[in-house]
Amino acid sequence: MPIRPATSDDRVVPADGDARVDVARDTDIVLARQLGRRLALDLGFSAGDATLVATAISELARNILMYAGAGEVWLKGLRQGERYGILVEARDRGPGIPDVQQALRDGYSTSNRLGLGLPGVRRLMDEFSIESGPGAGTIVRVKMWDR
Amino acid sequence: MDKVRAENDLKPASEPSAVLLRELVAHLRQNREQLREEWVYRINETELLQAMTREEIFAEATSVYDSYVEALETRTLETLQAYAQNLSERIIPRGVETHEVVGIVLLLRDVLARSLFAKYQTNPKLLNDVLDAYEPAANSIAITVAVGFVRERERVIREQQEAIRELSTPVLPVRERLLILPIIGLIDPLRARQVTEQLLRGVRAHRAKVVVIDITGVGSLDVKVANHLVLTVEAARLLGARVIVTGLSPEIANTLVNIGVDLGKMSTVGDLQGGIEEAERLLGYKVIPATPGPA
Amino acid sequence: MNDEPGNRGSGMGVPILKQGNYLIASIQSALSDADLLELRDALVERVGRYRARGVIIDVTALDVLDSFATRILSDSAHMIRLRGARTVIVGIQPEVASSMAYMGLTLPGIWTALDLEEGVAHLDAHAHTTRNV
Repeated sequence: MPIRPATSDDRVVPADGDARVDVARDTDIVLARQLGRRLALDLGFSAGDATLVATAISELARNILMYAGAGEVWLKGLRQGERYGILVEARDRGPGIPDVQQALRDGYSTSNRLGLGLPGVRRLMDEFSIESGPGAGTIVRVKMWDR
Repeated sequence: MDKVRAENDLKPASEPSAVLLRELVAHLRQNREQLREEWVYRINETELLQAMTREEIFAEATSVYDSYVEALETRTLETLQAYAQNLSERIIPRGVETHEVVGIVLLLRDVLARSLFAKYQTNPKLLNDVLDAYEPAANSIAITVAVGFVRERERVIREQQEAIRELSTPVLPVRERLLILPIIGLIDPLRARQVTEQLLRGVRAHRAKVVVIDITGVGSLDVKVANHLVLTVEAARLLGARVIVTGLSPEIANTLVNIGVDLGKMSTVGDLQGGIEEAERLLGYKVIPATPGPA
Repeated sequence: MNDEPGNRGSGMGVPILKQGNYLIASIQSALSDADLLELRDALVERVGRYRARGVIIDVTALDVLDSFATRILSDSAHMIRLRGARTVIVGIQPEVASSMAYMGLTLPGIWTALDLEEGVAHLDAHAHTTRNV
């Protein structure tokens, strides 16, 4: 199945400088992270940092698919005084994470266990926050700032 | 690089506004010498642009004035943006600062505004209309120039910081397939990331199979940095390289293990020399002792 | 070399070449989850069909290796091992390696090398050992 090109997609909606990707199938994960990488590069991030951002997006988008079935990834360029940054927000209206603390505990050890990957994403990015609860959906917000 | 967005251009004027602006532009062109001189006088009075000579100030003032008027005339900011960028590139190395650039642009705005007051003072209604047309445009111009300057400054600062960081963590190819990375001084998380980046790039560029990271010269190693070191070792392995860490004193090693850092993931050797020998052994070189053994 | 009928690319077109006793899978562009699974299955099938002794998966073109991709690569290596062949992952980009390390995705027990040349050298050197994957 060919990958849908990451251009002129009617589900990617720029609004006030935001971009949103609807995540409903696995090809959307690629779309979201490619868009995230482009945005990061446009903002001035290095190739290395853009990769970190793309990887985080990939994980968050994947979580949406795995645990909620569908959701959105929002991308936004940020500016704070003289520094710039990128905000990635992964939202879903899924069943929520029953024990957020547990999910954030760093238990990956040396296995490739496919958990939520949240501790890893948190290590990757500069800022991390999560809102979730049983039946309440989930919002994960991560930010990276320029150095 | 920042892209020019269409919204940055001056908003399309209403028809009467457009007419007034044309009149205004004509007025500014007609009185160019006089207004420019007044502006330069004011710049010198406020002692802005100390880093530049009078001749230079005059020359730049001329260019800025002309670009300013052209922006008003064409209602687009592209030329002005390009000029601002160009100007910034030239004056930033001279030590000109943001407040100076903002200051002189605002001075020009004021000088021109006053000249409009003078011209239209007998007709308050007309003056009002002229100012309605002039003010938003003048403010957009001021912002454009200021922002252009600030962006360029940020870019320069970033480049300098990058250069400094690279200088402080050189990756040395000492033998085929062997890299040494001596780290000296304090490592903060930012620098730690930089070190990792350079190391990995070095591995790829030199096709290294072993890297010796020597931290003898590092003053203190906190938990975060130590963990980062472990990450670096793991990342290097993904590129097919083994990492040997040298210069980790037993005391530091103990402390770190007690805090929970997993040193088991990397090879450690006491000193750099020992590390290099170990590396050569891994690479298959024969190690010949420097001093003859017992007879 | 590449004249066998079954050597067309799989799914998205990941070309799998046969080089002596080795198979070389050269990923050309970003792969979706489904593509990755197809690649895994194609490799396992071909290892059996050609009785390959080694497999090199070249991920140079992948700009992101997330938890799923890492898991599938790891699974592939394990499944290939069950068929009697050794796998080497080559071409992980420096930035990708950093991300993986941050995320704790370290491909434990899986051989990695810098590039194709190194990968082949590794397979040659370990042709007679059976330790690890």
